[in-house]
Amino acid sequence: MTTDPYGRLPRAFTAPGSASFVDFLAGHAPELLPGNRPLPAGAVPGAPHATTIVALTFDGGVVLAGDRRATMGPTIASREIEKVFPADEFSAVGIAGSAGLALEMVRLFQLELEHYEKIEGTLLSLDGKANRLATMIRSNLGLAMQGLAVVPLFAGYDLDRGTGRIFSYDVTGGRYEEHAHHSVGSGSVFARGSLKKLWQPDLDSDGAVRVAVEALVDAADDDSATGGPDTVRGIWPVVASVTAAGYLRVAESTLAEVVDAVLERRRAEHDREGASRRRPDGGLR
Amino acid sequence: MSMPFYVSPEQLMKDRADYARKGIARGRSVVVLAYDDGIAFATENPSRALHKVSEIYDRIAFAAVGKYNEFENLRVAGVRYADLRGYSYDRGDVNARGLANAYAQTLGTVFTTESKPLEVELVVAEVGPDPGGDQIYRLSYDGSVTDEHGWVVMGGQAEDLGTRVAAEWSAGMTLPQVLGLAVRTLGAQAEGETRVIPAAQLEVAVLDRTRPRRAFRRLTGALLEDLLAGG
Repeated sequence: MTTDPYGRLPRAFTAPGSASFVDFLAGHAPELLPGNRPLPAGAVPGAPHATTIVALTFDGGVVLAGDRRATMGPTIASREIEKVFPADEFSAVGIAGSAGLALEMVRLFQLELEHYEKIEGTLLSLDGKANRLATMIRSNLGLAMQGLAVVPLFAGYDLDRGTGRIFSYDVTGGRYEEHAHHSVGSGSVFARGSLKKLWQPDLDSDGAVRVAVEALVDAADDDSATGGPDTVRGIWPVVASVTAAGYLRVAESTLAEVVDAVLERRRAEHDREGASRRRPDGGLR
Repeated sequence: MSMPFYVSPEQLMKDRADYARKGIARGRSVVVLAYDDGIAFATENPSRALHKVSEIYDRIAFAAVGKYNEFENLRVAGVRYADLRGYSYDRGDVNARGLANAYAQTLGTVFTTESKPLEVELVVAEVGPDPGGDQIYRLSYDGSVTDEHGWVVMGGQAEDLGTRVAAEWSAGMTLPQVLGLAVRTLGAQAEGETRVIPAAQLEVAVLDRTRPRRAFRRLTGALLEDLLAGG
């Protein structure tokens, strides 16, 4: 950080023009930007990876949800990491990939949006927010090539159009708008299959929360890196909805009920299936 | 080559101070008043886009009088300062005192080293968890800082209006009460009746300590009219 000999705020602070915090950092303190740190040679040692995120739209908004597991190779690095965050009042971001870098990116992204809002006195458009995130991912390409990719899923309520929208990204900063639903992370293949069958165009907010939980349970069923709801410790997925009223994290108590209902139904189905296969003497046919 | 006339440092500083003071007194006043749940800011400003009161950080706000381009520049610098500090350390480590110091250094340096002083006067305010934790700093064009308690009036006929506020303000007033006082103060005239300023001509904002993270909120439209009617 450069300082002025008289102790006044340096020139970069009073330079007019940019409403972007990232641009300001690039000019004033580039070493603080994640993409500007020199990469040491050699392989990157093990670091936690975050896994599955699902998003789906419903009538009047969008739901974003993530499981609570982070893995480091075959080890569970954390069973209560949070991977879904409010980006600002009308959008949310969920992260998959290298957890440390992803959390730093989320922090910078939240600040970028708030900084713009304070300086300009108005919110960025949803497309504008999605594009800013794309730029930040692109600057991470060097680290991604070392195996430290960050793949977020961005969802928000578009105040101009009055609908919920979902954006996915690739490691090169490609930005793709998704319709209806999408999922990223190691369990996304299974979650996507689940979403495809369960999502309906006339879902309401509660229905969307239920579908999101179902998709995460399905992902956890088949993907070892995705954690299912932990009924012993009472750890539920982080589920958030974004509507015209803003970002709202679904309460733990509500999630406990949804998870109970989902698991109860699956248990009953399993028992029925078991009953049909059981012989009168107790063995399986 | 002609020699410049000798001007004594006293005279030089006095001229600059007079120049800045005149510029500041030309604009309309801003009133800052503490109330039970926070700090209220009010000024007569018909513009909905060019603000004199703005958010700096979670619990910190900024109010200014004087030349718009100069205080706007300082406001942006303050937002950058606060956001950089919060990003480098933690959101809780950003406080009004640090920001007031940075502003004071900037104003002071410009006053002594540049040919024209900044024609601005600022308030940097922060709400604490209780009224005892509230901080209001007033910064002058020459970089002097005062730690104010309860209220500040700056710009326009600041001294006259200040006497009125001093007589009526007391700790623990409610929001409608302080807004009523603010509007009466802003509408006060040296002679004759107090002008009634309609809600549409007012710029009002609060730092509300009961709000979870970002305490700053602008009060406009029907909400403001209701609050003014209640005062």
